[in-house]
Amino acid sequence: MAFAWLPGAASDIARGAVTTILLIAVTTLAGTFLSILGAAGRRNGPVLLKRAIAWYVEVIRNTPFLVQLFFIFFGLPSLGIRLDPVLAAILAMTLNMAAYTIEIVGAGLDAVPGGQTEAALALGLRSRQVFIKIVLPQALKVIFPALTSQIVIMMLESAVVSQIAVRELTYEADMLQARTFRSFETYLVVTMVYLALSMALRRLLVTGGRRVLGAGVS
Amino acid sequence: MIEFTFWDIVRNLLLAARWTVLLSLAAFVGGGVVGMVVLFFRIAKNKWSRRLASGYIALFQGTPLLMQLFLMFFGLPMLGLRIEPWTAAVLGLTFFASAYLAEIWRSGVDALPRGQWDAGASLGLHYLQELRLIILPQAFSITRAPTVGFLVQLIKSTALTSIIGFEELVRTSNAINNATFEPFKVYGLVALIFFIMCFPLTQYARTLERRAAAH
Repeated sequence: MAFAWLPGAASDIARGAVTTILLIAVTTLAGTFLSILGAAGRRNGPVLLKRAIAWYVEVIRNTPFLVQLFFIFFGLPSLGIRLDPVLAAILAMTLNMAAYTIEIVGAGLDAVPGGQTEAALALGLRSRQVFIKIVLPQALKVIFPALTSQIVIMMLESAVVSQIAVRELTYEADMLQARTFRSFETYLVVTMVYLALSMALRRLLVTGGRRVLGAGVS
Repeated sequence: MIEFTFWDIVRNLLLAARWTVLLSLAAFVGGGVVGMVVLFFRIAKNKWSRRLASGYIALFQGTPLLMQLFLMFFGLPMLGLRIEPWTAAVLGLTFFASAYLAEIWRSGVDALPRGQWDAGASLGLHYLQELRLIILPQAFSITRAPTVGFLVQLIKSTALTSIIGFEELVRTSNAINNATFEPFKVYGLVALIFFIMCFPLTQYARTLERRAAAH
């Protein structure tokens, strides 16, 4: 094993890591937002919407992320929807994550006792206010650990978007190993970077969740 | 240029899907065997053995599967082993699966009341006998739903082996797409084939879960 190439490659690796972090940050925000809408729609929406959401969840959960990514990046242009790699990656990651988090958010909504809604309505809040101010914060508190795991899993899965030439961490590793001919060492270093990222992301979410939601996350 | 009819595409994809199925089964069985070993370390009385197993599990759950596959593919030749994509794919997915399965089964062992161990000991059973006759059968039985759920995840994960050059469903579909320029149709069909493989298992896992909740 030889690591003489490492100092010269540090900036490439750092740049890739920053892109990976940006990808997961955008995905987390968009995915969580989408899954709140999805979970609410699945509970209170019209029948057709409920059925559509149920199918969307099943289709995404039963097909590989890589195939979803290829379908969006290579397949959608034939419908006239042409996305650049970064947008396609964010779209695929968001749609993938939301399918998993819709179920998680839904479980959280179910866990909030019905009395909370009744009490809020009795105080004269409108039903949208009840959802946003009363039910949702309590639901998020319950599901925060599961949500955290799902975000970390999505970050690790994002390695795949290197396949459509998004210049994130894995893509930089691919370029590096082609240049240094030190494939094993390159991927070893990058694997350790991913490990550090996933540990840091978990720590950040747990601390942030405790502070913002008062969630008792361990 | 060779003309591909719709049925040519479907036929070639189905032929490639055999490799996806075979790889999934091999990795599930291999992962089960290695996962058992990891489980033994994970629930052992020795503190260091438990830590070692926890570290192993954290390592595989904290890094991308794609990196694990790359490390297999490029690492084993450094040990002087000649390696084909198939070997790297099976080994990579086996270790990946072993970490997840060990963790799933460990949760089953932890869920059992302490009294089960005590009862076994009071019957004069040896540690291994206790595990074999009392603890593990119950732990496997209560974790059947997540185990099937993980099999679904494993089947989907085989898609990544296309990147290290294993000729399964996704790699074949890339080749067909390059020849036909019909990505919408080709990747749509691939998604459909994966769905047909995974959906019944997902439903089965859900049934098991419901049955377990009813008890």
